[in-house]
Amino acid sequence: MALTIKVGLASCGLAAGAADVYSAIEDLIKKNNINAELKKTACIGMCFAEPLIEITSDSGDFVTYGNVEPNKVEDIINAFQKGKPVSDNVILSNVLEGSENKNLKKQERIVLRNCGIIDPESIEDYLQRDGYKALEKTIKTLSQEEIIKEITDSGLRGRGGAGFPTGLKWKFAFNSKSEKKFVICNADEGDPGAFMDRSVLEGDPHSIIEGMMICAYAIGADEGYIYCRAEYPMAIKHLKKAISDAEEKGYLGKNIFNSGFDFNIHIKEGAGAFVCGEETALMASIEGERGMPRIRPPFPAQSGLWGKPTNINNVETFANIPWIILHGAKKYASHGTPKSPGTKVFALAGKIKNSGLIEVPMGMSLKEVIYGVGGGMKTEKPFKGVQLGGPSGGCIPAELLDTIVDYDSINKTGAIMGSGGMVVMDSGTCMVDVAKFFLNFTQNESCGKCTFCRVGTKRMLEILVRITEGKGKMEDLEALEELSENIIKGSLCGLGQTAPNPVLTTLKYFKEEYIAHIRDKKCPAGVCTYLMKYEVIEENCIGCTICARKCPVNAISGEVKKSHIIDQDKCIKCGICFDVCKFNAIKKS
Amino acid sequence: MKNKEKIDLTINNYLGKKGALIPLLQEIQTLEKYLSKDTMRYVSEKTGIAIARIYGVATFYTMFRLKPQGKHVIRVCKGTACHVSDANSILKAINSKLNLEDDQDTTKDGLFTVMEVACLGCCSLAPVIMINDNTYGKLTPELISNILDKYN
Repeated sequence: MALTIKVGLASCGLAAGAADVYSAIEDLIKKNNINAELKKTACIGMCFAEPLIEITSDSGDFVTYGNVEPNKVEDIINAFQKGKPVSDNVILSNVLEGSENKNLKKQERIVLRNCGIIDPESIEDYLQRDGYKALEKTIKTLSQEEIIKEITDSGLRGRGGAGFPTGLKWKFAFNSKSEKKFVICNADEGDPGAFMDRSVLEGDPHSIIEGMMICAYAIGADEGYIYCRAEYPMAIKHLKKAISDAEEKGYLGKNIFNSGFDFNIHIKEGAGAFVCGEETALMASIEGERGMPRIRPPFPAQSGLWGKPTNINNVETFANIPWIILHGAKKYASHGTPKSPGTKVFALAGKIKNSGLIEVPMGMSLKEVIYGVGGGMKTEKPFKGVQLGGPSGGCIPAELLDTIVDYDSINKTGAIMGSGGMVVMDSGTCMVDVAKFFLNFTQNESCGKCTFCRVGTKRMLEILVRITEGKGKMEDLEALEELSENIIKGSLCGLGQTAPNPVLTTLKYFKEEYIAHIRDKKCPAGVCTYLMKYEVIEENCIGCTICARKCPVNAISGEVKKSHIIDQDKCIKCGICFDVCKFNAIKKS
Repeated sequence: MKNKEKIDLTINNYLGKKGALIPLLQEIQTLEKYLSKDTMRYVSEKTGIAIARIYGVATFYTMFRLKPQGKHVIRVCKGTACHVSDANSILKAINSKLNLEDDQDTTKDGLFTVMEVACLGCCSLAPVIMINDNTYGKLTPELISNILDKYN
């Protein structure tokens, strides 16, 4: 029996040890002379079970195994060859019951149509799955106006977070009269907790290139940039390979499909600044300047990169385009809800069982996403909230889990759809600490141009630090709200305008936690170390003296080989004694 | 500057190109490991770009390092998923293994530099660290010692 064996070798897979699994299979095929084709692929989506391998027989039977270790590979492949596949760690299969079979049925894959299926470094694989057919159709059969109408009719909205209608954006750029126009792909995925774009860039780079080219043809641009963050070395490597392969095959370059249409793409590596996800800051960065936003208008469609009309879309938006052109606006709009058609890719992370990459139709409820597709909570601890939209978004509590996933419904909760990071939190997460975490992030990443964003976020962070240290006052809550209002009003770009969202949503839904920190000096989740009480458990303490020696304020006393004691008046709750004790003799409460 | 000839070559490659400053500094940093004042002054002289502009760009982006860094760079992810999975305990374990105080980021022997980064994008494996180009996921503080011992 001839086999095809695929190994997921995206960043997540490699981090979990997939390279060793790949070479173990490679050796095994040689050693036992197995009739098998070994292939590389990227993110299959079930990141929680990495490393993943998929074995397919020539008759189409397949099993995907998760948590594969190199020493298990031989058993797995031998058993599969004998027609009796191993039934442990089955993730997906059409011959066995896989743990993810049901969850996958709830997903609809448009953006991720090729991810985890093709070898991202092979243009042949992409071509076999209708690659560059949409581009051919565009150039050979559609006028610029027809393309823009098709995208407008599909109802596609910008997947970078704000949800602006893509067709309209293209129309503005098309209407600008200029000899020179640019198309930019924003691949500066900066939200902590989000990895959708990384997975598409690593797993299906040609789909983004094809989407950009269709856009370029529609608006009349001949040059494109992909602005990708430097923290994604594999994404950059795959993009570079894809661009050179496409150039070699004549899909990129001069006179594409003999139409007179020219298009070139450059890759710009970001240098680490979250604010460069904002379009005007991103363009300043490509121009070699400090990435600071500027006032709009003029919008990039009129005056963008080097003063020329420019259209910027995000990775996921571009990945949708070839599918829409090939299958039609009507079919696209039949997915999702009337106001938010199509699907959305989410990166599930945090305290969720099946963390990974999913794509669901818009309109699915958060409950279904988390419990249906995501498999529910990772541990026994109950669900507390889900964070959407990263530092610009907010925390949605359990009582709003019936909210459906679309731009308008999520906005109503005070959070935003954002780019698709979904971090699930359980009762062990302190919401004041989460708000502090995000404010610390935005305060660091504020470019400093607008006073309210620069100074206001710092003041907010100071207040939050004070509250988590048990030094907060009830008036602080009003001050937080007032500062939030002014930062939203007084900031030029999205970073400042949305920076207070994590504080505002936690204040709205988890106010009692703030009050517990301020009034009762307690952190209900047991996270804020300054509000902890550290005590020695007498029967466990053997008197090794390490805690007394490490305590920075000499708050611990006791004789060698006798139980020690912590002076509560001196203790600064740094937690060092808890960390250094090897005998579980320090109690944190 | 140890790599003057290579730096000259790099500068020549970028002369006259639009938007060249950031990729130019990135390539020089790859050669030199960091951007010293002398290096920035040299780039300014060679390219005619004002030193204030070079310094402005170098200090704006977190990727640029103005101090020498260790042979191995440890990036500790402080993204949301890692934060709620107690990335702090991982950072503490690293600092304690390397005997680093709060205000230090490079070991005395110059072997390691530790930095916190916003997100490495491997959230499903949280908490995560990256040493040079190798990513380590699903960490606990106990695992750190063995991982760091692999590097010398």
